[in-house]
Amino acid sequence: MSQPKPEQLVQIQYGPQPRDWMDPAVEFRKGTFCYSALAKNLNYLGLPNARDWQPFDEDWKLPPDWKRIILDGMKERLEKFRSFRLFMDICVRCGACADKCHFFLGSGDPKNMPVLRAELMRSVYRRYFTLAGRLLGRLAGARDLTEDVIKEWFYYFYQCTECRRCSVFCPYGIDTAEITMIGRELLNLIGCNINWVLEPAANCFRTGNHLGVQPHGFKDSVDFAVDELEELTGIRVDASINRKGAEVLFIVPSADYFGTPHYYTFLGYLALLHEIGLDYTFSAFASEGGNFGLFNSHEMIKRLNAKVYAEARRLGVKWILGGECGHMWRVLHQYMDTMNGPADFLEVPVSPVTGTRFEHARSTKMVHICEFTADLIHNGKLRLDPSRNDHWTVTFHDSCNPARAMGLLEEPRYILRSVCNRFHEMPENTIREQTFCCGSGSGLGTDENFEMRMRGGLPRANAVKYVHQRHGVNLLACICAIDKATLPPLLEYWVPGVEVAGVHELVGNALVMRGERPRLTDLRGEPATQAEAVHA
Amino acid sequence: MKTSLSALSLVLAIALAAAAASRFVWLLPLLAVALPYGTLAIFLAGLSWRVVCWSRSPVPFRIPTVCGQQKSLAWIKSARLESPHSTPGVVARMALEILLFRSLFRNTRSRLEDGPRLIQREAKWLWLGALAFHWSLLIILLRHLRFFVEPVPKVAVLLENLDGFFRIGAPVLLVTDVVVLAALLYLLQRRFRDPQVRFISLFTDYFALLLLLGIAATGVWMRYFARVDAVAVKQFVLSLTIFAPALPKNPGPLFFAHFALAGTLAAYLPFSKLMHMGGVFLSPTRNLANNNRRKRHINPWNYPVKVHTYEEWEAEFRDKLEAAGLPVERP
Amino acid sequence: MRDRAIIWSGLAMFLLFATFPFWHNLSAAVTSKGPNPVLPANARQCVAPVEYMKTSHMTLLLDWREQVVRQGRREFTAFNGQRYNMSLTSTCLEQCHSSGKAQFCDRCHDYAAASVPCWDCHVDFKSTLRSAK
Repeated sequence: MSQPKPEQLVQIQYGPQPRDWMDPAVEFRKGTFCYSALAKNLNYLGLPNARDWQPFDEDWKLPPDWKRIILDGMKERLEKFRSFRLFMDICVRCGACADKCHFFLGSGDPKNMPVLRAELMRSVYRRYFTLAGRLLGRLAGARDLTEDVIKEWFYYFYQCTECRRCSVFCPYGIDTAEITMIGRELLNLIGCNINWVLEPAANCFRTGNHLGVQPHGFKDSVDFAVDELEELTGIRVDASINRKGAEVLFIVPSADYFGTPHYYTFLGYLALLHEIGLDYTFSAFASEGGNFGLFNSHEMIKRLNAKVYAEARRLGVKWILGGECGHMWRVLHQYMDTMNGPADFLEVPVSPVTGTRFEHARSTKMVHICEFTADLIHNGKLRLDPSRNDHWTVTFHDSCNPARAMGLLEEPRYILRSVCNRFHEMPENTIREQTFCCGSGSGLGTDENFEMRMRGGLPRANAVKYVHQRHGVNLLACICAIDKATLPPLLEYWVPGVEVAGVHELVGNALVMRGERPRLTDLRGEPATQAEAVHA
Repeated sequence: MKTSLSALSLVLAIALAAAAASRFVWLLPLLAVALPYGTLAIFLAGLSWRVVCWSRSPVPFRIPTVCGQQKSLAWIKSARLESPHSTPGVVARMALEILLFRSLFRNTRSRLEDGPRLIQREAKWLWLGALAFHWSLLIILLRHLRFFVEPVPKVAVLLENLDGFFRIGAPVLLVTDVVVLAALLYLLQRRFRDPQVRFISLFTDYFALLLLLGIAATGVWMRYFARVDAVAVKQFVLSLTIFAPALPKNPGPLFFAHFALAGTLAAYLPFSKLMHMGGVFLSPTRNLANNNRRKRHINPWNYPVKVHTYEEWEAEFRDKLEAAGLPVERP
Repeated sequence: MRDRAIIWSGLAMFLLFATFPFWHNLSAAVTSKGPNPVLPANARQCVAPVEYMKTSHMTLLLDWREQVVRQGRREFTAFNGQRYNMSLTSTCLEQCHSSGKAQFCDRCHDYAAASVPCWDCHVDFKSTLRSAK
């Protein structure tokens, strides 16, 4: 597949548009959309209108009463979600959100302005649910629901990563993620979904994780990691699976034990948890913290998330520890307790090493590993040699969801400052709550969507480029599995020479373990730091 | 362009129609009695209906947009205003949002330079213009109490004196009159000049601005240039408030243009984006505390869903679990 | 749900405030009779027609100030040919409106809460004398 070059891609026109946006028009150009979901995945999950089709087909084979389904679905959701009703009503189109969206900044397509993405839905809301829209039509900003509008919804609601950056700037807190989520739910009712969301969801429902790794495969992966860690450090760690009576259930995104560079982070977890002697177990059933239900429907979130508490109850653990993942933590922090709680069979999480009670997780009973590790470091429970990371000059990418759903900003930074010597922040308006998305979140990280991903990732990559050129940054640390999967190709495209790593990979590098062999390599198997080499 | 022109024509038509109608004595009851009572009733009923509508849809999930450090470990300073973990924090965050437009203050403007370098610069003009407009409007509304209440409330007198602080001319020049016009003109020109904002602007966006501009302009014209008899205006307005309407003695066409435009605004408000006035209080991304893991949020319509249970899972993968030596519930 | 109570009480407070003029005026038995400035006992005609004076006396007074202070002219010829010395204190208040600021000017100005910049400089002799005694 010939892909556009960066020099071509960056010729972005933000200028005035000749057409009125109210006339639906969408062109499914290769590289800018995701393929449809396979029928088998819809069938497995019991979702409607499974069929063979593609977005670029003329005929989308919608059910005959698709219009009624959509309008009934809207009505139901207007009654169920105050956010939806309110966000349909109160936007004043001030335009503050316009240039906050990475997809708009990278594509210049005006319908990628958050305000207009929402207007695609609002115009239909006005037409069928407000007096003014019913009476005045186009003058009141209302338009008929047609198949072309559905195609437009599909294109643009699958061109939003639900990163919520626009919501930070909106004077009314209008959250496009909320509108996109409901938009996708509606599309889902008539069978318009993408495979990159539905296949992981179906896998997760069946096997327990997005990748469809079955229990024996899961055990193989963990065993392989244990062997590899022994080769690197000389220490054999114990990583149990489905063990009843452990104190803590540890849940990570499945990419951590199956993808690269996630895998090095997984090694970091294993080293850390062994070193402090935590009594924990993995679960082959709850072998996924991530939740692609978030990109499908609220119901699917709940269906996929249910296994977390169910497994914690079955295994009889006291509390749950969660690995590095972005949208996984949006679900765990903002949805899990409400949907599948109360977790009254668990105890308020207490770190057995430091005695710290994680009061902030007293109801959900699930702690982020960065919170856990920061507490260990702060209490001096870890022996760390940051010079082992001296071959890295590090910057930190706040993943959208930990930043804007949780406010997990200082913990990873505290850890990074403790485990590496060279750390530089990216420019102010691109980090923390204003962080830019990787451009591939919410199920859009597929190869057929490559051009759009590169466009959406431009603002993030450009900020990395700034610190790369200014401070020689060569490693982007992050705490999100989708980041770790999609930032490497993004940086390869826009800023060659910068690698991507999880925070706990760097922890694993710096961690001085009792009884370990001198480390000849880092967790990636690359020669140990130059600093040590010079001293030797 | 077409939409802005039609909005302008509509505002002008309302103003001119009212001004013309005031010349005909037989139309006065309509203009001076039916119009104010009718529009006020629509305003109050419409606004209440909208708010009740919103309140009937529950907030199923706690979804604050967090804009600062969470409260987690004791030694990490949490952002009390940007990521409030308690009710006082939420109240403070909402107060900042509603009184000072905190989120708009964050605004940036991005620019793509050669390199490529994508730069996010601070951009405060929209914030300043919006804040100037809204505060002026509030002060002007409160100042108008002098026409509606007898004796005049102290707050209206105080605001009048503060507003006329510079003591320029007679009638004394009021700062908010200048500011509200300037801010409205700024907001309006933004809709024309900024290509992105122009692209998203609808009829209602121009109409609301032009309507407010029309009200402000007629008001200013009445006070400083045409000089309407304020005592007569007050007598008329008071008569309306005690439900004993007495037609004004010397109705100026300008007064009725102002009056009709204000009535239009009141009646239009509940059915328009101007409901953001009430909606901003209810925004779930702002008015909820970021204490999700500390306190369980209840979803009133939480319903059971079809899940894949452990037992089903174990049954499906029993062979593989046993082959891998993983423990099972039912051996 | 708990928040409905909050929302509805917020709405009720807004409605209460928005209708304040109605219930206040009704309960305080306010009428639309208007103010009753004490008019001159002996003079029948002001320096300009009453309708003009009602809406525009402030511009006339500002014009007088301009003439007297900046141009040194004191004589004013009224619309009916009558001549006056341009002076707020010694013409308006002493010759005709002997009821003074409190009973003439303030009655309407208080009614409409219109500020009177005249008295930023001019002294209201009557009340000053009264308070001196």
